[in-house]
Amino acid sequence: MSLDADTVRRVASLARIRMEPAELARMEAELNGILGWVEQLQAVPTEGVEPMAGGGAVSLRLREDAVTDGGKPDAVLANAPDREGAYFGVPKVVE
Amino acid sequence: MTRPTDLTLRGALDALAARDLSAEELTRAHLDAIEALNPRLNAYVAVTGERALERARASDARRARGEALGPLDGAPLGIKDLFCTEGVRTTAGSRILGSFVPPYESTVTANLLRDGAVFLGKTNMDEFAMGSSNTTSALGPVENPWNRRNDPDARLVPGGSSGGSAAAVAARLALGATATDTGGSIRQPAAFCGIAGIKPTYGRCSRWGVVAFASSLDQAGPVARTVEDCAILLRSMSGFDPKDSTSADVPVPDFAAACGRSVKGLRIGVPKEYRLDGMPAEIEALWRQGLDWLRDAGAETVEISLPHTKYALPTYYIVAPAEASSNLARYDGVRYGLRVEERNGDLKDLYERTRAAGFGAEVKRRVMIGTYVLSAGYYDAYYLKAQKVRALIKRDFDEVFAPNGAAKVDAIVTPATPSAAFGMDEKQDDPVTMYLNDVFTVTANLAGLPGISVPAGLDAQGLPLGLQVIGRAFDEETVFAVGAALERAAAFDALPAVMAK
Repeated sequence: MSLDADTVRRVASLARIRMEPAELARMEAELNGILGWVEQLQAVPTEGVEPMAGGGAVSLRLREDAVTDGGKPDAVLANAPDREGAYFGVPKVVE
Repeated sequence: MTRPTDLTLRGALDALAARDLSAEELTRAHLDAIEALNPRLNAYVAVTGERALERARASDARRARGEALGPLDGAPLGIKDLFCTEGVRTTAGSRILGSFVPPYESTVTANLLRDGAVFLGKTNMDEFAMGSSNTTSALGPVENPWNRRNDPDARLVPGGSSGGSAAAVAARLALGATATDTGGSIRQPAAFCGIAGIKPTYGRCSRWGVVAFASSLDQAGPVARTVEDCAILLRSMSGFDPKDSTSADVPVPDFAAACGRSVKGLRIGVPKEYRLDGMPAEIEALWRQGLDWLRDAGAETVEISLPHTKYALPTYYIVAPAEASSNLARYDGVRYGLRVEERNGDLKDLYERTRAAGFGAEVKRRVMIGTYVLSAGYYDAYYLKAQKVRALIKRDFDEVFAPNGAAKVDAIVTPATPSAAFGMDEKQDDPVTMYLNDVFTVTANLAGLPGISVPAGLDAQGLPLGLQVIGRAFDEETVFAVGAALERAAAFDALPAVMAK
């Protein structure tokens, strides 16, 4: 499988990274290089193999469904690039 | 007397306990060394001298009262800039974190503070821990303190992503340092800089407060100048943490005690798939030498097969970018870090401009690959396939470690890297060439196993080379025992060209 320019543009949009045409072209070549190299995995027979999702053998545990943290609006907002009162400021998204 | 910066961590802790040396003197010696050498090496991106001296003096006061806080009381360390440190700017080597100052302390660094450690500053790294040369850092590259014998002017990379930590420890700008390893980021820079470094079992160290790259692979661990020093640091860094859902609720053994264990009777696996075509002869020779040393110490070596080894790197370069694309979605210019203002009041434009300006080229590549392999229509062919091959890679290890299997090995010994440190301008043109650095280390991440890199010899250019020991899950003790046996036999005492004097 090889990526064309349209697909690279679509992926950049999905990834929310603005790219100028020259960067898109360079990215297309680099991504195709990497994808061509990972293509070798298709040669591995994996029928009936359970995919490995986590990093460890231990099963995930559950904890009590209780509030364990919170009530720190100032700490949460301390690094906000645009703070409006107790809120993060963003461009208007709903008319 | 030995210069304080030349002490091992163990030696420094003994000197502090005997009150032969104060924590303030020890910290000051390191801060002076940083001041002298960091402008060249760029190993630290931030130095917290005032804080460090304050903590050192508090440590001295405690020791004067006979009440040391913990096993690391007064020990000056470097902290990789991937660990969130309360009140101290944390960059992850990226522009996108801007002037982010964490309002909390990562669990691993909190554990070190609990035990009395003194933090000298934050160490440089590849951006978001993505790299094997520390050249992707937004805060500039790190220089390896070692030089080639016949070309001393060539500036070499320290390896990555924990290049700042490894260079700092090698140049005597810290007694030890925290690091993280997603595909080799502790072991490869340790090998390139002639020091030791261990990636523990997945789940051994909490990931809470460590800026995430690929969550199913990321593990914290220490780098230090001896295997025992790594053991001392790892014991403090480890432990169950309810704030990390993958943290393992298992006891933390006395790893340093395991360094003195005999390797007599241990079965050491030698995977035939790690004998690569075109591998430098001196690396192959060092590997054979290491196995001889272990046989001399009473271990038995057995050839084993890990048949899916050659698929480990391509598997990694699907799994890690997939997880990274998801983890890095949080950098949106809204809640913290860099923000580039949008045009025409469009929120998507704000995201896209912020991420375009904030991420470097390697991070963009990986986020793009990850986004693509997780997107509709390609998920099964790439991501699901990689997860299945990952299961097979883990199964290879399970089979050779199984007590009732044919191989029944206790540990596996391999080279740590396929080459010594390379020049800063080498391997930069093709991403895949750079990725091949992790060929020997990435398997332990995919399988969640502990792996240590131990300095074992020099190449013809006088550059350090490391050997790797991989063990069973949660059996770091055997890894330390075998690593320490290699260290004793190698008696590695070469020193880098650039170091504190």
